[in-house]
Amino acid sequence: MFSINELKSQKTTQLLETYPFVEDFLSNNNISLKGYENRTVGESLNDILDEETKEDLGIDTEILIQQLQKHIENMLAFLGAAETKVETLTILPGTDKSGNPEKFKELVISKNEIICIVGPTGSGKSRLLADIEWVANRDTPTHRKILINGKDADKKWRFASSEKLVAQLSQNMNFVMDLPVNEFIQLHAESRMVTNITETVDHIMDVANDLAGEKFQPDTAITSLSGGQSRALMIADTAILSKSPVVLIDEIENAGIDRKKALDILLSENKLVLMSTHDPTLALMGQKRIVIKNGGIHKVITTTEQEKNILGELETLDKRYHTLRTQLRQGDILL
Amino acid sequence: MNFITVSGPPSSGKTAVIVKTIDAFKDRQLSVGVAKFDCLSTEDDKIYEKIGIPVQKGLSGTLCPDHYFISNVEEIVQWGIKSNLDILISESAGLCNRCSPYIKDILAICVVDNLSGINTPKKIGPMLKMADIVVITKGDIVSQAEREVFASRVQAVNPSATVMHINGLTGQGAFELSTLLYDEKQNHDTLINKELRFPMPAALCSYCLGETRIGESYQMGNVKKIKIKELEEKKKCSL
Repeated sequence: MFSINELKSQKTTQLLETYPFVEDFLSNNNISLKGYENRTVGESLNDILDEETKEDLGIDTEILIQQLQKHIENMLAFLGAAETKVETLTILPGTDKSGNPEKFKELVISKNEIICIVGPTGSGKSRLLADIEWVANRDTPTHRKILINGKDADKKWRFASSEKLVAQLSQNMNFVMDLPVNEFIQLHAESRMVTNITETVDHIMDVANDLAGEKFQPDTAITSLSGGQSRALMIADTAILSKSPVVLIDEIENAGIDRKKALDILLSENKLVLMSTHDPTLALMGQKRIVIKNGGIHKVITTTEQEKNILGELETLDKRYHTLRTQLRQGDILL
Repeated sequence: MNFITVSGPPSSGKTAVIVKTIDAFKDRQLSVGVAKFDCLSTEDDKIYEKIGIPVQKGLSGTLCPDHYFISNVEEIVQWGIKSNLDILISESAGLCNRCSPYIKDILAICVVDNLSGINTPKKIGPMLKMADIVVITKGDIVSQAEREVFASRVQAVNPSATVMHINGLTGQGAFELSTLLYDEKQNHDTLINKELRFPMPAALCSYCLGETRIGESYQMGNVKKIKIKELEEKKKCSL
């Protein structure tokens, strides 16, 4: 990394060659270095940012250069950082809303595991998720503590915007961008600095189409996807492109998407899955379920053999339901 | 007293974020007040009053809200001190993207929302670029991908900011924000002689003074003309 003065005396061409992402930073600040190929960064910016331009853009040259330095630092850290593999997440008990200690010793969630969260609205599910996201260290209202890989967590999980611990998927989420599916995935891949963009886009398309009841094309607008297709795309995209090791799911609708496969895809990408649900089929797919009451974890239940049998029954019903749905869609008489 | 400026585009969720954050302060025995600045009208002062938060409201009316805010900021700080507040939060809507309400040495928070579109970070000037903390709201209704892209664009225009995600409805993330706000060592008894981080949008033309007629002969003072592109290109062609 170099000092502000070293940055200023770099030739623009050299800077852009070494750090191609600088171009994006400048364009986000509405600045183009075209025509300044053989000049230094300091000279060029001083020349581009005359008094009027500075006022119009609301930019201060010195601050811009400081921000540029910080951006290069962030990006190098981001590109160079060895990904922290999250193998386990441990929740150590705190207290409920009335200050009573929570009734469990410690809860270890391993990758490739699905843990369900149950409890009425307002019981404290959001707080539990917030504790995980913030890697609580006895410093949140519940006084819980979260460990990553059995150890005290790195502070980076709290503040690094490029590395969030938790990715979220919920029934209320929609796509709001006005873009076709392929351009949308491409945009996400670019922001994650993925190198093999075309392959990634194709891969996500394949996985999403495998999940969705009805197939969709790469040039379909994301806003016109059906509920099931949207959810399929969100899950495929989160599994493959999101860097967050923990995925939090708030219900998955029981229509137009293969839910079992969806969970399998997340697990195959080494995610830890937390699922807030009151749907018996989903809840029983988890190995354990956390029962939340009065702001605290009240119980941790391991799915019993008997419950797994119930899951079998539900899955048979589900299959029947989906077959009927497909027949209906195809215009057949239901048998 | 701690003084904090919160700013952001209209309807981005500033009030909801402040209300949920103050809620998180409750257990810490800190008294918090709010000064709400707006343009024509606001009902937000009632929201604060309803939950028992001391509030002042300032409407800029015909003036540039940014200029109105900075001309009155010392008065509200003095009110806050007289009211024995530990924390005073000013809330002002960034009505134009060139707004620049932040003051040197005073914690500055910008609230933007995921629904505003991924090009928004690029369009907002000092209000976003010079904030210490950027709070992103409405993440509960867009996809994970859109949240990640939006956050990365925010960080790209303000690499030194702490970026936080808050759900203004459930308050998820507000407690976390509250831990970054109060600093016992900070004690402002006046803002006199402090400086803005960046100059505010300029204005002093005949329209500022009430001119209503259209035409170059009525335009005086600090006037800026649009550059018409097509015309210039055509000229080149005819040469």
